[in-house]
Amino acid sequence: MLETQQLTCERNHRILFQDLSISLNKGEVLQVDGANGAGKSTLLRILAGLYEDFEGEVSWQAEDYPVYIGHKVGVKDAMSARENLMWLADLQASVVSQANIDSALARVSLAGYEDVLCGEMSEGQRKRVNLARLFLLHNPVWILDEPFSAIDKEGVACITDRINEHLSDAGTVILTSHQAVDFPNIHSIDLT
Amino acid sequence: MNILLATIRRDLLLHVRRPADIVNPLVFFLIVISLFPLGIGPSAGTLNEIAAGVIWVAVLLATLLSIDVMFKSDYEDGTLEQIVLSKQPLILVVLGKLIAQWLVSGLLMTLMSPLFALMFFVSSDGILAIAMALLLGTPTMVLLGSIGAALTLGLKNGGVLVAILVLPLYIPVLILGTAMVDSAVGGSSYTGHMLWLGALLLVTMGLAPIATQASIRISLSQ
Repeated sequence: MLETQQLTCERNHRILFQDLSISLNKGEVLQVDGANGAGKSTLLRILAGLYEDFEGEVSWQAEDYPVYIGHKVGVKDAMSARENLMWLADLQASVVSQANIDSALARVSLAGYEDVLCGEMSEGQRKRVNLARLFLLHNPVWILDEPFSAIDKEGVACITDRINEHLSDAGTVILTSHQAVDFPNIHSIDLT
Repeated sequence: MNILLATIRRDLLLHVRRPADIVNPLVFFLIVISLFPLGIGPSAGTLNEIAAGVIWVAVLLATLLSIDVMFKSDYEDGTLEQIVLSKQPLILVVLGKLIAQWLVSGLLMTLMSPLFALMFFVSSDGILAIAMALLLGTPTMVLLGSIGAALTLGLKNGGVLVAILVLPLYIPVLILGTAMVDSAVGGSSYTGHMLWLGALLLVTMGLAPIATQASIRISLSQ
């Protein structure tokens, strides 16, 4: 699914990682560990194809772009939860109905918030709107940068279940998390 | 093609919900233009002579003001990342954003321009020429400006840099636009100027979105 060869990235005259080779199959999770500033987010951005200032090779055996959830919340404050998800689904060229969107929002405990502007929501709720994409889209690869930050316990359990479901559908997940996570087929790399 | 329409709809919706980004440049445009008759005096001859130049420079500055924020909020809240990672061609989304941006800046200023031309005692031929010139010139300015706006996304004080980068590129449009109005006021044909403005628009329409798209990728990869 994913092969990287001799991935090296230098930022501000500091080598974040050197000669990193990763290989990941369908149905597997890659957890990227490391202290703050170790380069976890940069590695995820490289794998997602957002950051291009690196040496080495990244090859995906997937035609689709990944679902990427980063530090930035990725939803517009001036649009409602439903409008945001409709637009994000349009971007992935996936045809979804309003019922699909409402049920995805219900899965992240945002039922009743469909028409609320994201600007009027709390930080955690905005993050949940973004995470609702995991219940809506069918991209085989997920790249999740701290998906559990600002999310409550119940939400963490719900996302964990969804990740397990995705893995059993031969999906691939790459994530960073400061919380302990437990999945079958988990590989971890430590950037130190 | 759906994504083009979806992007236009989304951006227009955002502009309607957060009108300050649109209204501020228009008010700026209005004030700059009104300052000239106040400063120079109400003599019809002088005002008539400077009308084309003043209106064009005001449009140019107002366009720059509005273009600066074109990608900024998308960059800051992370939706631009999602756009770049989408399955849709980035260029269609960029085109959609450009069209929406022109509708709420260039087109509105073009529609307002006859009113200002009257303030400067411009003849009816001249008024028509100003509106036609702006109709062809403002999309070119939005297209060129978007390159600068996309390149300076990650910078703190991008606004001034956009002006420095983009203003020199506006010179041909400015020269042709004002010359077109002068010809119209002088009673001669201005078809040639119009064709040139149209040609400039077509060239920038072909090339600028490609440059803007590349600039967005560069700005995000930092």
